[in-house]
Amino acid sequence: MNYFGGLLGRLTLQALQHNLVTSVGVIMMSLGIILVVGLMFYFKRWRWLWKNWLTSLDPKKIGVMYIVVAVLMLLRGGADALMMRAQQATSVGAAHGLLSSNQFQQVFSAHGTIMILFAAMGLMFGLINLVLPLQIGARDVAFPFLNATSFWLFAAGAALINISLAIGDFSTAGWLAYPPLSELRYSPGVGVDYWIWSVQITGIGSLLSGINFLVTILKLRCKGMTLMKMPMFVWSVFGSMVLVIFAFPVLTVTLALLFLDRSLGMHFFTAGGGGNAMMYVNLIWAWGHPEVYILILPAFGVFSEIVATFSQKRLFGYRSMVWAIWAITFLSFSVWLHHFFTMGAGADVNAFFGIMTMIIAVPTGVKVFNWLFTMYRGRIRFKTPMLWFMGFIVTFTIGGVAGVLMGVPAIDFQVHNSLFLVAHFHTMIIGGVVFGYFAGLTYWFPKSFGFKLNERLGKYAFWCWLIGFLTAFLPLYILGLMGATRRIDHYDASLGWQGLFIVAAIGVAIIGLGIAFQVLQVAFSIWQRKSNLDLSGDPWNGRTLEWSTSSPAPVYNFAILPEVSDRDPFWATKQSKLVEDAKPNYKPIAMPKNSGLAIMIAGLAFLFGFGAVWHIYWLPAVCLMGIIVCIIVRTTNDHSQYLISADEIQKIEDANATRRQYA
Amino acid sequence: MSQALEIEEPNQVASDSKTIFGFWVYIMTDCVLFASLFATYAVLHNNTFGGPSGRQLFSLPFVLTETLILLTSSFSCGLGLLAAHKGEKAKVMAWFGLTFLLGLAFLTLELTEFKHLVSQGDSWRESGFLSAFFTLVGTHGLHIATGLCWMSVMIFQVSRRGLVAANVRRLTLLSMFWHFLDIIWIFIFTIVYLLGVVQP
Repeated sequence: MNYFGGLLGRLTLQALQHNLVTSVGVIMMSLGIILVVGLMFYFKRWRWLWKNWLTSLDPKKIGVMYIVVAVLMLLRGGADALMMRAQQATSVGAAHGLLSSNQFQQVFSAHGTIMILFAAMGLMFGLINLVLPLQIGARDVAFPFLNATSFWLFAAGAALINISLAIGDFSTAGWLAYPPLSELRYSPGVGVDYWIWSVQITGIGSLLSGINFLVTILKLRCKGMTLMKMPMFVWSVFGSMVLVIFAFPVLTVTLALLFLDRSLGMHFFTAGGGGNAMMYVNLIWAWGHPEVYILILPAFGVFSEIVATFSQKRLFGYRSMVWAIWAITFLSFSVWLHHFFTMGAGADVNAFFGIMTMIIAVPTGVKVFNWLFTMYRGRIRFKTPMLWFMGFIVTFTIGGVAGVLMGVPAIDFQVHNSLFLVAHFHTMIIGGVVFGYFAGLTYWFPKSFGFKLNERLGKYAFWCWLIGFLTAFLPLYILGLMGATRRIDHYDASLGWQGLFIVAAIGVAIIGLGIAFQVLQVAFSIWQRKSNLDLSGDPWNGRTLEWSTSSPAPVYNFAILPEVSDRDPFWATKQSKLVEDAKPNYKPIAMPKNSGLAIMIAGLAFLFGFGAVWHIYWLPAVCLMGIIVCIIVRTTNDHSQYLISADEIQKIEDANATRRQYA
Repeated sequence: MSQALEIEEPNQVASDSKTIFGFWVYIMTDCVLFASLFATYAVLHNNTFGGPSGRQLFSLPFVLTETLILLTSSFSCGLGLLAAHKGEKAKVMAWFGLTFLLGLAFLTLELTEFKHLVSQGDSWRESGFLSAFFTLVGTHGLHIATGLCWMSVMIFQVSRRGLVAANVRRLTLLSMFWHFLDIIWIFIFTIVYLLGVVQP
């Protein structure tokens, strides 16, 4: 192989040639970018963008940026889903649908990767950034610069996976790229390399975030907040971050080994040369299974906050909730083999993992009952977040029961790789994770922006999502039992599957309508924001500390760090109706200065990935040097903070107090 | 929005304990990373695919020399940190300088071994076993190289600004990293080299 041949590696003009479907995608993406850039120039907002957002180290702003990127990726992954459903509804017998098999494979590989690693993870870290420091009564995260770097690495990974649409192809090897198919011999193009590097870059960002939030939770809680007084969202993030810390290094290693196989001719997972492809499957699921709990735990946390707030009652069974989180955290590392019972590990191994899989449903069940008991005899307000919660309880239970069913190895042999499995994990991820983060976004939106989202449009969106989801995925359970395998782009008419596939496609269209309502909801709420203003800082009659500060929260979160003595500290304060001190004595607060180095590091990481994909070997070398220089510059900088004076704080707090009077 | 007052780290102690704890957590993630590599090595160490096994390739006296050099570097690194806590700048420079040289010597020996293996035709392309060997040992080497890079920056920093609190904290992190690499090497020495030579 010629590693130094040509300045552009294997990148040629051919990489820009596409067929109709991809071209449309590329044109849409380019128009979007041109529109945004044009608007920035038209309104002369570049400086504002750079100073207020791109270089900001404020977790409240980083959270918003996470959510913006994640929503864009959700739309991209949603478009992929629409294409897959359209293909499977129409590509029967003599008809061959819109997509070629190769394209169909790229679409489902991209859909899975994007939805898990860029949409769901982005929404999760976005919400954690927005809420967690406020909930523990802290001014910031433990390492603000690292936090910004994590976000920008996530954004760089997202950019890399999207650029694969325009330059070259994406992987056709599925969202987890099993070898030997993903090895050089069977996937010689750039697709798998794009997959490796986009996931690797964002994965390192997630790992750094995991360290950051773990330290934040353990070191930055306000006075009086012992572990057993932490809000349930904080507990769930704690569990999730422990999983990140233990699982993501395994992903880093697995991707690196696959890359070494592909680029240096090593034999980790190759079919010949003494490689072991099943080792890859074990390694990737040793990350992959904890990963689904990484996503779902914070969603559980969101629901725990919402159900207590909207039932106007203390969360039922706090202690058992905490133990359930840790049981799930621990057990999630002992079930990975249930993804490949058919590997042939033998009855004893399969039995062990089958039993562990069923056991992990127990703590999850404990949580479901605790939420229901929280609602019992509460004064429930059916606001949008609460609707998402109730939709979640129904769908999540359906999906959970299907999961326990598949935990029986003998049954799994029948439905392995079938649409029954696809239906199961979508029930968990849409019904659990996505509903959870949508609920959280609606719930905490006023805290970030100072006004509430429109309730009516939010409810329309919810009902479209719920009905669309059931219409789209219940047929897949039946199809799976009828023998339909996943990832098929064509099937015979005599199988009699088409009717159900058409129903599923209609379901996805209804979900599309729900997404349209959500876009409309945000746009309408911004337009009508004057009538939805949250002046009090406490729009839902909340219980935890984030509602005790103004909406949006000042840059320092709390002028005076709170002290707590109760699990629902803000609720307790409101109940006791204590009169606040006449004149609080503000002290200067040190906050981190902005830094452009985080976005620079991520930009270099993006170019590094791009160079590695196309074998442009000078580019990664240069970028690596650049990243090292950035890190040295940052770590030797002793003046990374600025001081907000007491007068300044007085002014901000007075203005907020005035706002509150109008509430 | 506010006047930009330059301040040296406020609340030094709290900030230090946060950073050091964070670094421990990072080391734990690195531990998981190496654990994964050890696991792949354990799975693949018999997959020689007709090529040589560890028994035919490894020279124990050579590896023992490497090991002793790295252990000594850990010792001198520890003395350097003690000196840092006592505020003895010259000693800090000397001990970390020695640590740097020993680390460099270790890395040179490791690369010599790699070069020797590749030149006799036993590169990572030959078998699953050799892929796993080069990757595991090479990843440790990469960490050592990172440590050396960091150490040179720190020696420069200390020479320029002396033993200010921030520098002492950074030296503490660096020595944690260095001792950690030492421990990983002990595992590599035992599992890869010693067991590799013992096995038939």
